Amino acid sequence: MDESYYKTGDLKKFGNVREFQEKLGDKFFDYYGEVFEEGALTKREKALIALAVAHAVQCPYCIDAYTTESLETGASEEQMMEAVHVTTAIRGGASLVHGVQMMNKVKDLSI
Amino acid sequence: MKSLKAEASSLADPEEQLKIINHHSAIIEEIPDFADRLSDINLFPLKPTGIDIFQMNVGYMCNMTCKHCHVDAGPGRDEIMTKEIFQYCLDALDGSEIDTVDLTGGAPEMNPHFRWFVKEVSAMGKHVIVRSNLTILTTNKYNGLPVFFKKHGVEVTCSLPFYSKYRTDRQRGKGTYQKSVEALKALNKLGYGKEDTGLMLNLVYNPVGAFLPGDQTEIETQFKKELKRKHNVVFNELYTITNLPISRFLHFLLMSGNLDDYMEKLVQAFNPAAAEGVMCRNTISVGWDGTLYDCDFNQMLEMKISEHTVQHIRDFDEISLNNRDIRINQHCFGCTAGAGSSCGGATT
Ligand code: SF4
Ligand code: SF4
Repeated sequence: MDESYYKTGDLKKFGNVREFQEKLGDKFFDYYGEVFEEGALTKREKALIALAVAHAVQCPYCIDAYTTESLETGASEEQMMEAVHVTTAIRGGASLVHGVQMMNKVKDLSI
Repeated sequence: MKSLKAEASSLADPEEQLKIINHHSAIIEEIPDFADRLSDINLFPLKPTGIDIFQMNVGYMCNMTCKHCHVDAGPGRDEIMTKEIFQYCLDALDGSEIDTVDLTGGAPEMNPHFRWFVKEVSAMGKHVIVRSNLTILTTNKYNGLPVFFKKHGVEVTCSLPFYSKYRTDRQRGKGTYQKSVEALKALNKLGYGKEDTGLMLNLVYNPVGAFLPGDQTEIETQFKKELKRKHNVVFNELYTITNLPISRFLHFLLMSGNLDDYMEKLVQAFNPAAAEGVMCRNTISVGWDGTLYDCDFNQMLEMKISEHTVQHIRDFDEISLNNRDIRINQHCFGCTAGAGSSCGGATT
């Protein structure tokens, strides 16, 4: 038995989620497709944002897909790693900024 | 890194390569025949539209041994075009309206008759393109070539897999990126790649791994921006080329376990418009020994031109060649994926 929750091959089956709810699935994929079309942002810029978000939500499927997409749209390793650092900075910063709340509380409670 | 031939790898054998891309796994067995995909869109048998480009592979010798090379080129390859074959090419071109002569290899510059031929053919008024790997232009023996190119109005089309050292050196060997930039700067200094000089300097981008090239214009914009920013280097156009699953790239796909996925990717991305524009329809490929092929890829797979037309450049006959059926196989899916791929980049 395969003991892993995540299987590489499942990424290709993403579209199969329509099987249990076709209408919502179709709406999602139409929307998804349009989001990633070239617009005010280029496809490469969108791929890099997706890559950063994929790291924030820690989704192995998305990391796999948007690493490939970033490479295909011509992003460099440097740009990709900078995107991941943006994730890290925001995630770390989001924790650290709550330090202010902690400090406020400390001050409230202290004589 | 050595060539597959030097390593006596079974993959150096074109028959073995064709066997792999047709039968390697259950997934590959299930891939439709390229011929059937062409039939679906009424393009089978694939016919030429005329010969616009006369591509000559002047030898498989190269100063480099890139991991993805479809020629399996390297310093030890001794298949080199002789002066006699060059002369047949001149004879064929002399009476023909073909305008463009595209010189490739290996490193075409390493052929001892290279300069003589370029002089002769450009004197005929033909437009000459040389496919240069750039690093060769930084060696003592060949660093005078940019001036020679300029003198004869040669268009220089260079391989630069990426605008970063990391990715370029991974594919083409340590130090390649820095030498390539050095060569590009030397070409720029002579006016190559600059507006209004008429000296064309183009770059060829091909993915450094098992993925497809993205949008040519977007990648060109990125290359232009980054090469200018990092090195003050300029160029005219960038051509994106898809790696075909043959020779050393096939070796990489097999070794890395990417073959099935890559073949599926190519097939899923089949684009009828790209199929209309495949380069074999307007190109003829002459091998180092004068044998004729539909393209450089078929040449490496030893798939000679249709037996119903002339087989050797000494018998060149444009009318007969224009009536031939182009020989195809599963590797052709590389030319029809996405925006299409040819020696001149995307085809759609
Ligand atoms: S890809 Fe070009 S430079 Fe690299 S080994 Fe092959 S022929 Fe030589
Ligand atoms: S591999 Fe050669 S024969 Fe096949 S489609 Fe491409 S150019 Fe044509």
